[in-house]
Amino acid sequence: MKARAFDYMRPKCVQEALEAFVRADGDASYIAGGQSLVPALALRLQAPGLLIDIARLDELRGLSVAGGHLRIGATTRHCEILGSDLVREHAPLLARAAPFVAHPAIRNKGTFGGSLALADPASEFPAMALALDAIIEIASVEGSRRVGAGDFFIDLYETALQPGEIITAVYVPLASAKTRTAFDELARRRGDYAIVGAGIDAEMQGGFVERMRIAFLSVGSTPVRVGAVEAALTGRQLTPQAIRQAQDVLGTELDPVGDEHTPPEMRRHLARVLLGRLLGRLEANV
Amino acid sequence: MSGKVTISLAVNGETIEALVAPRTTLADFLRQDIQLTGTHTGCEMGVCGACLVLLDDRPVHACLMFAVQADGCAVETVEGLTHRRAIDDLQKAFHERNALQCGFCTAGMLVSAYGVLASGDELDRDSIRDALSGNYCRCTGYESIVDAIETTARLRRQHMEKEEA
Ligand SMILES: Cc1cc2nc3c(=O)[nH]c(=O)nc-3n(C[C@H](O)[C@H](O)[C@H](O)COP(=O)(O)OP(=O)(O)OC[C@H]3O[C@@H](n4cnc5c(N)ncnc54)[C@H](O)[C@@H]3O)c2cc1C
Ligand code: FES
Ligand code: FES
Repeated sequence: MKARAFDYMRPKCVQEALEAFVRADGDASYIAGGQSLVPALALRLQAPGLLIDIARLDELRGLSVAGGHLRIGATTRHCEILGSDLVREHAPLLARAAPFVAHPAIRNKGTFGGSLALADPASEFPAMALALDAIIEIASVEGSRRVGAGDFFIDLYETALQPGEIITAVYVPLASAKTRTAFDELARRRGDYAIVGAGIDAEMQGGFVERMRIAFLSVGSTPVRVGAVEAALTGRQLTPQAIRQAQDVLGTELDPVGDEHTPPEMRRHLARVLLGRLLGRLEANV
Repeated sequence: MSGKVTISLAVNGETIEALVAPRTTLADFLRQDIQLTGTHTGCEMGVCGACLVLLDDRPVHACLMFAVQADGCAVETVEGLTHRRAIDDLQKAFHERNALQCGFCTAGMLVSAYGVLASGDELDRDSIRDALSGNYCRCTGYESIVDAIETTARLRRQHMEKEEA
């Protein structure tokens, strides 16, 4: 249960980090919060020859509002998301999801960018990035590019990131006066990974849904948007009947995975229950 | 490759310079290199909470970081909290409520408790449970631990109200 020997460096800027990765010929790994990487090294699931510590790079820090977006620096820690007034005001869905991410001590080190880069389908923030239609800014030695969350999560632990690329920031569209959000998950114990979870980011006017994005976690190899359910609710009021119909649509749209504790049918059922609860909360505006 | 590197960090208020292998975890550094064995190691993968220490005054897992990452930081262990008498009342409450049996989890519990008590949040049993969600105890069944933290929170609040009055 000890990591294989490796070299360690703390670059002064993103460019230096990117170049170090290239020089290591791929036998390197970035480390941010380390809350997923360190256990993987201890279990020797990974054994890179070089760790490049990006946790203290100023360029990757901070929360700020600019150009209609909330910019979340990649090394923003989970506890900072949880405690931030900017997040509460401009990205309320993230504020709702943050208490569900791991345990307090892990939130003190784990980072937003690390969570997205890892792309664990049971993690809260990747799914919320999807529900928020966030934009992910990625740096490589060739320059910088932006990828929408919808194109970012490709498969189990697989993202649009190429080897050596670094997530520098994530941009979330600002909430408006019409925004309503809801998040919840079902887990065995507080802080455990969810059996199923979901977040909704909607715009409502006069009781009618103008726009709705719903993303589920822990139902497949990536976080999952449910477009058919979203379409079924758009333009409607969230009456008990509309909610029941949405649950039925979800039952056919969602094709969840099973595991040793949770057969797919159970997960589908729990997802329907969860959707009903969340839509009820949106309607009640709580 | 993989030569040792020099780090400089504050441990329990004292500045320490040390030569460490990059793969040495902070937990192993504390326990083996500088003989601070109050910090325990159980799972060494972030699950049990026995290894919690304060890093720049926030609870973190000493098994989930390498000592090199703590370069330039301030680390405080249960020994430090004890010596600067920051948790006298908490330790007394643990004792009185029987909040430990074998004691393996206790250092981690005290660090978590220190963190949640310092947060200034209004505490009830649910929020205390939440704060302890990453700490395993195989002996007590948790109730007495929650009792002890709840008691400490109440006494501290009463103490503050008296000071204000
Ligand atoms: C006991 C336990 C319980 C947990 N429970 C939960 C939970 O309920 N929900 C949840 O969401 N998470 C949970 N986590 C995981 C935690 O949230 C991680 O911190 C997070 O997923 C990864 O962030 P990190 O900064 O620690 O990344 P690291 O561990 O440092 O890195 C993870 C991976 O991402 C890469 N990486 C990191 N940052 C970047 C970047 N900016 N650009 C490119 N690549 C990068 C690294 O190279 C590495 O491959 C748990 C972890 C533990 C140990
Ligand atoms: S030893 Fe660190 S959490 Fe178990
Ligand atoms: S007192 Fe024995 S594990 Fe908690």
